[in-house]
Amino acid sequence: MGNKQTIFTDEQLDAYQDCTFFTRKEILRLHGRYHELAPHLVPMDYTKDPDCKLPLALIVNMPELKENPFRNRIVESFSEDGMGNLSFNEFVDMFSVLSEMAPRELKAIYAFKIYDFNVDNYLCKEDLEKTLNKLTKEELTPEEVELVCQKAIEEADLDGDNKLSFADFENMITRAPDFLSTFHIRI
Amino acid sequence: MPRDSLITSESDIDVGLELAGDEDEFSSHPEEHERERHRGKRREGDREKKKRGHGKRRKASRSREREEEVQARPDKRERERRRRAKSDRETGGRQRDEEGKAKIKSGKVAKTKKNITNEKTKKQEEEEESEDRNAKGKKKHGSAKKEEKQEDGGRHREKEKTKEVKKKKHKKVVETSSEQETSEQEDNGEEDNEEKEVRPESLTPEELERLKEAVDDRKKLIQVLRGKPWPMKKKLVTLRESQQFVEKYEGALGKGKGRKLYVYKVMMTKKWMKFQRDFENFRTACIPWEMKIKEIESHFGSSVASYFIFLRWMYGINMILFGLTFGLVMVPEALMGRPYGSIPRKTVPRAEEASAMDFAVLWDFGGYAQYSVLFYGYYNNQRAIGWLKFRMPLSYFLVGVGTVAYSYMVVIRTMARNANESGVGDDNSFNFSWKVFTSWDYLIGNPETADNKFASITTSFKEAILEEQESCKDDNIHLTRFLRVLANFLVLCCLAGSGYLIYFVVRRSQKFALDGLENHTWWERNEVNMVMSLLGMFCPMLFDVISALENYHPRVALQWQLGRIFALFLGNLYTFIIALMDEINLKREEENIVKFNITTWEASFYNGTVSENSTGLPFTVQPADVPRGPCWETMVGQEFVRLIISDTMTTYITLLIGDFLRAVFVRFLNHCWCWDLEAGFPSYSEFDVSGNVLGLIFNQGMIWMGAFYAPCLPALNVLRLHVSMYLQCWAVMCCNVPQERVFKASGSNNFYMAMLLVILFLSTLPAIYTIVTIPPSFDCGPFSGKKRMFDVIQETLESDFPAWFSKVFSYASNPGLVLPFILLMILAIYYLQSTSKSYKEANVELKKKLQTQNEENKKKNKRAALKAQMDLEEARKAAEQQQNNKASLQDQEADVEENHGSSQSLSHGKNGRNPPPHVRDQELPATRAPVPRTYHHGNHGTPGHLPGFPRQSEHRMYRVPSLQRH
Repeated sequence: MGNKQTIFTDEQLDAYQDCTFFTRKEILRLHGRYHELAPHLVPMDYTKDPDCKLPLALIVNMPELKENPFRNRIVESFSEDGMGNLSFNEFVDMFSVLSEMAPRELKAIYAFKIYDFNVDNYLCKEDLEKTLNKLTKEELTPEEVELVCQKAIEEADLDGDNKLSFADFENMITRAPDFLSTFHIRI
Repeated sequence: MPRDSLITSESDIDVGLELAGDEDEFSSHPEEHERERHRGKRREGDREKKKRGHGKRRKASRSREREEEVQARPDKRERERRRRAKSDRETGGRQRDEEGKAKIKSGKVAKTKKNITNEKTKKQEEEEESEDRNAKGKKKHGSAKKEEKQEDGGRHREKEKTKEVKKKKHKKVVETSSEQETSEQEDNGEEDNEEKEVRPESLTPEELERLKEAVDDRKKLIQVLRGKPWPMKKKLVTLRESQQFVEKYEGALGKGKGRKLYVYKVMMTKKWMKFQRDFENFRTACIPWEMKIKEIESHFGSSVASYFIFLRWMYGINMILFGLTFGLVMVPEALMGRPYGSIPRKTVPRAEEASAMDFAVLWDFGGYAQYSVLFYGYYNNQRAIGWLKFRMPLSYFLVGVGTVAYSYMVVIRTMARNANESGVGDDNSFNFSWKVFTSWDYLIGNPETADNKFASITTSFKEAILEEQESCKDDNIHLTRFLRVLANFLVLCCLAGSGYLIYFVVRRSQKFALDGLENHTWWERNEVNMVMSLLGMFCPMLFDVISALENYHPRVALQWQLGRIFALFLGNLYTFIIALMDEINLKREEENIVKFNITTWEASFYNGTVSENSTGLPFTVQPADVPRGPCWETMVGQEFVRLIISDTMTTYITLLIGDFLRAVFVRFLNHCWCWDLEAGFPSYSEFDVSGNVLGLIFNQGMIWMGAFYAPCLPALNVLRLHVSMYLQCWAVMCCNVPQERVFKASGSNNFYMAMLLVILFLSTLPAIYTIVTIPPSFDCGPFSGKKRMFDVIQETLESDFPAWFSKVFSYASNPGLVLPFILLMILAIYYLQSTSKSYKEANVELKKKLQTQNEENKKKNKRAALKAQMDLEEARKAAEQQQNNKASLQDQEADVEENHGSSQSLSHGKNGRNPPPHVRDQELPATRAPVPRTYHHGNHGTPGHLPGFPRQSEHRMYRVPSLQRH
């Protein structure tokens, strides 16, 4: 990249590599993807740290996220304002957490945020219902949804408050055999 | 770097934080007001700061601070205020030890809050000003929360600002350290060290130690930073701060007399880190096919992609095996060994010369290919070759052993890693929650696959619900049983039949071979391989048909299918090997005859010519004309190579016919056909993950088996894998449809690995058996002339090592030492196994305990929740009554109302959410005025639990009891 145009300084790249699970090349590629989303908004030169945010609607349209039923939640939970506007930093952060290298604990934290639709730091029945409806495209009857939510909460709820705190969620998800393999997005 | 952006976007952080804060504190209004006031004040301060360019760091850390506060905040107002003031001072070290810190702090604060609250407001203004000046220094200091660190921090701060008025500082120190003793200590320390700190070389050793610790802490932080659940901005800021800190004080640490080593070490670690990063970058850049796999992943989900990842992994292993054989065996022999045609074993015999360049050589590996470095027979038994004195036979032997050893190591290591990664997925206690939270495959990026996934998730839910509601009703158990037995019987017949067929064919081919290959057709010559490949192709289909009889759940059916194919392949392979053994024995008999013939031939030769001295063969005899033995090793290698080739060919041809032609047929004939081809019978094929993985595994098994006798096998395999990567990628993208029923491949990852391990073991067995028991051919290969192949080790020991070494070796290898050693190993294995068993039992026990505990908790909480609800009602009434009387209670009143309102639907859960409220209800005297209690409730309802701070729930539990005491 050096001969064309410097997108990042070396220090920036090093800093990103320290803060994420990406290599240099991947960070540059991420920038490319970010730039692609809105070529007129995102500058090619990031050495000056421009302040630029892309709205949710643009990011959700990436092919990696497009089919994901939780796409809005993913983007929202990584945005600082909670509305889904992502700066490049947050964009990198998002894919870093979703990358293959990220440890289970980190992924669990963000998975919890994603499934917590009403952002009350608990997964309550409402959240579960939403999750379920998104997963099945609302093809289950309300009774079935009710039953599944009830069962899921019963299984995972350790402190008996009828909703899942993060501790409950973590306990459940760390034993899930395919959480790691499915909760990642290759960029 | 991010400095500017941080400044510009500062305002929206603040907004975001406030939003969060509001949400968090919807039930504690009085504090909110208090806060609001402070916040306003601070914001003004911030604006000043911004101008000076220091603001943002504090901002970031303050946001952290605030989040944390929100979680762990007891509802004392003074405390709140006090802490706010404190937070401004102690921002620097905050980020590190959120957990431990909070505890220490709560203790500290409790003691000193009284004296400080009064001064507080006064000091706040000064605080704001001095803050700026100190900002830099503060942020640098290590984990300021611990007391010694606090001292440290003080020191650094002063170091930064030596100009600062001492008095002021002093005052601040008193404030900062809430415990009197520490503040005194700190004072002393500061006064003493005031001047010294400027020159770190005059620091006392313990201070240096501390500084070192702080620096190390920072370094550690930098390393684990990427795993922190913080927003990127915060990470970047923390990173920069830590780096600056480390740079600054690392230099200082290094200035002393005996600290050169330290500097050196630091420098080396820095270089090492740099190198590591570059290497890592390089390595990931070298990983091939990343984009291809990504494309497939998004098209077909993780299960199909897992095959390609497995293929790539296999490719890597084969690359290394190839590197070993190529670099240490083939190339040295080609470069330094005797050239082709110099001795009989390196020459095509006269009888074969005519056909040695035939096109058939390409897949037969006869002719020139047979007499080349590709096969065992070509190598000479010369002990050292070339100017390097390369020990060819030794190298050959060691590479053979190394290949197997390396494979074992890699497979077992991967298995261990997989076992670590995949959770304890075998227990069934989280059936539904796993389904809800982990069934979506985040990799999917293709609408069709997504639709399939949605459908399969829905059906899996429905199935699970059905199973839950009633254990499925068996319609006719006897019929099913009968059918299953029948199916297994049929499968066994198939297996036996295929085994016999292979044996028969191999025997027949031996007969053909004795007759001479030239008289037979192509089919007769390649019968064995073709039959094996065809069996491998059609038997699985047959099994599939048979398994329809059994009426198993698809997942169980898949396991049966895999097991049967495994048995089939294994059976075929072993029949093949047994037949080969027969052939080896035949060859060895032939060899004996040839040996005898040669002696007579030589004798006759000598008799015929002038009986000179026996100085070897006269020059008139061409090496091509010399009679030679059959060389069974080369024959074995050739068989394996042919097997691989025909296997590869059948794979590719099935791919082309079964997938591609079918897809073409379906696509283009669909509009002129009488039924819908796409939806109906032929349709498009699905990618058969398990079958392909099995094929790959067995292919690898053959490589391991044959690699000793044909060094070219890894190279061939690399070629094959390379081609199939591209071919299969293309085929899967162009003519396969996403699977309708998606099975989790990840869970079976270790299952496949275990299969690979079994195959590895089973395929090394015959190879080792032949190496150990059968004497090598007398006139070909690197071990010719020796009794056994492994004699080469002894020979090397005797001639290349000093005498004492071989002596030691012979002592070490005598049974008296070896047997106890083996015994010891067995004991160790037994011990480890029994401990692991007991651990497992303990685990189960603990799990049981946990479950009963949960049950109890649930019951308790239900009761507590009911009670709390009643209390709440009561409290509301009481509060309403009091509302008229006490104006000061209005805030709290509103709080109660709101809390009640918001928790209407969840009131049951919210109030009895976890043990603390329950405990509190018990502890509080029943006569206590209702209002404070509701206040507690309200506050407790603040959902301060951010997932970013996993330990937090423990905190709450930890602190709540202390809440009641004040």
